[in-house]
Amino acid sequence: MKPLKNIQSTFIPLTEENIDTDQIIPARFLKSTSREGFGKNLFRDWRYFNNNEAQPKADFILNKPEYKGSILVAGKNFGCGSSREHAAWSLLDYGFNVVVSSFFADIFKNNALNNGVLPVQVSDKFLQKIFALENGSTLSVDLEKQTITIDATGEQEKFDINNYKKTCLLNGYDDIDYLLSIKQDIINFEKTLA
Amino acid sequence: MSKTLFEKIWEKHLVKSIPDGPDVIYIDKHFIHEVTSPQAFSGIEKRGQQIFRPLKTVATADHNVPTINQHLPIVEELSRLQVQKLVDNCKKHQIELYGLGHPFQGIVHVIGPELGITQPGMTIVCGDSHTSTHGAFGSIAFGIGTSEVEMVFASQCILQNKPKVMRINVEGELNKGVVSKDIILYIISKISASGATGYFVEYAGSAIRALSMEARMTICNMSIEMGARGGMIAPDETTFEYMKNRLFAPKDDAWDEKLEEWKKLYSDEDAVFDKEITIKAEEIEPMITYGTNPGLGITINANVPTVESIADEGERKNLIKALEYMGLTAGQSLKGMPVQNVFIGSCTNSRIEDLRLVASVIKGRKKNENVNVMIVPGSQQVAAQLSAEGLDVIFTDAGFKIRQAGCSACLGMNEDKVPAGEYCISTSNRNFEGRQGAGSRTLLASPLTAAAAAITGVITDVRELVN
Repeated sequence: MKPLKNIQSTFIPLTEENIDTDQIIPARFLKSTSREGFGKNLFRDWRYFNNNEAQPKADFILNKPEYKGSILVAGKNFGCGSSREHAAWSLLDYGFNVVVSSFFADIFKNNALNNGVLPVQVSDKFLQKIFALENGSTLSVDLEKQTITIDATGEQEKFDINNYKKTCLLNGYDDIDYLLSIKQDIINFEKTLA
Repeated sequence: MSKTLFEKIWEKHLVKSIPDGPDVIYIDKHFIHEVTSPQAFSGIEKRGQQIFRPLKTVATADHNVPTINQHLPIVEELSRLQVQKLVDNCKKHQIELYGLGHPFQGIVHVIGPELGITQPGMTIVCGDSHTSTHGAFGSIAFGIGTSEVEMVFASQCILQNKPKVMRINVEGELNKGVVSKDIILYIISKISASGATGYFVEYAGSAIRALSMEARMTICNMSIEMGARGGMIAPDETTFEYMKNRLFAPKDDAWDEKLEEWKKLYSDEDAVFDKEITIKAEEIEPMITYGTNPGLGITINANVPTVESIADEGERKNLIKALEYMGLTAGQSLKGMPVQNVFIGSCTNSRIEDLRLVASVIKGRKKNENVNVMIVPGSQQVAAQLSAEGLDVIFTDAGFKIRQAGCSACLGMNEDKVPAGEYCISTSNRNFEGRQGAGSRTLLASPLTAAAAAITGVITDVRELVN
């Protein structure tokens, strides 16, 4: 996992609420046995007519060349539905390092954190402020300080992340490294279960 | 100190707590399938690690398998490779596999309980959000991502933040024609598709106690559809009766010993829940969804909400978008509307009891000629039981297509899909845009309501079709 510290970027607003993992990556694209290459099918059925790359839906935001950035800002309850980690892989592969929303589904949040995609949960009011910004505005996310800032106005909110996960993301560690380091504790624990 | 059922099991499996971080939880049983495991296998190999406790993992192929001609090689190349990868990985890492052709093969959340692998008091995980199903036995069971599958491979443990606990009581007696699928669709319609996010749910109350194990599984299965990490029901005589003599259930003295342990699995009388809701069973009627998340459901005789009736602006927009996708009009009635497809199956409703419900409606009748009906038993064992009871004859006489075990048209991944623009009354769990195939329009309902639509060809109140 790549370390993640500060991100300053323009953002892509997706105001829909309850964006489920079937929209993020439809099941028919889950047949790969590797983690790579899912970005091209991110939001597949919102991007193209008839599942055809030659027929892009011009009004979908990812198809508007003037919208760019490594931060996705989405309506509340982002990532609900299936546990497919492919949703996090496809966002990362497409180029998103941060997803901002006023509410995240649990499994998606874990999957994102496990892949170095930072879910930033903001208040609904702050989310609406971001949605109201002009295209081209930038946001700054400081993981160390746990803040997100609208650069144009300086408006800022703090976001929650536990200290353990924060350390993991800042250093690029993952949970498996940690679990392997406590293996003797696990073996001892197993004896208490029997 | 008084504890909830959830806390009792969680604490028993707590290896350690990381200060200002998650808990390390020991996992008793790990189910895997072909779609969310390959990257975990390659991950563990890349680290040069072995599977720590291979005997605690069980595999099956369900999501990406065809439901006809399972004895032949899978036609679609990527699917064939993915299923073969599972076979290779299980062989290499010595994991028990109930793959295609095995008499135990089936949907992972159907086979675990029916084989007696799923047991009260366990911690159970699987790379599938409907793992909550196993909570019906009084276990902590939840869906995980592939990185977490790899964690379990590496250490038989997982890092999790302890969720809050909610109790949902359903008290009283159910109306005629109302089954457990209606209970859970009703609950989700009340608390919304995100209303239980951050919580683990315990279902309780006299109406829940009165349900069979199959019916309880349907309820726990859909916990994730209101955002809950999992759902659970305290084990009781119904649970023990179901468990006894299952293939992998404990036997003889070991059974007696386990039974004593299992009888202690309940929430103490004065245990405190972070949230508690009580629902009157009498209020519940047959349910159907009209929108693109499982929270958008109504009783079969109600009208789709009008836009004006929704106060929140975001929800108003959601409704308009959902109705546009579904080709429905705000305020309209669903009853009498033609459907082109009926899908009976999935980890929610593909067990023998579900299929008996369907048979009770269609016996001696023929399906409507304009409807395509697929009925997909959840496992090879359910399929065998179907034949043993002669239900297969009832289904084929009615013109239903009986398929072989798998997730089938629930998720639009394998060959079974609903054509774009067509409606499907489905006993599955998700009505998301494109869930059953790009452009498909899903209406979630109970096996009874699905069976009624198969006969009439239109959305029907099953109580008007059969007495």
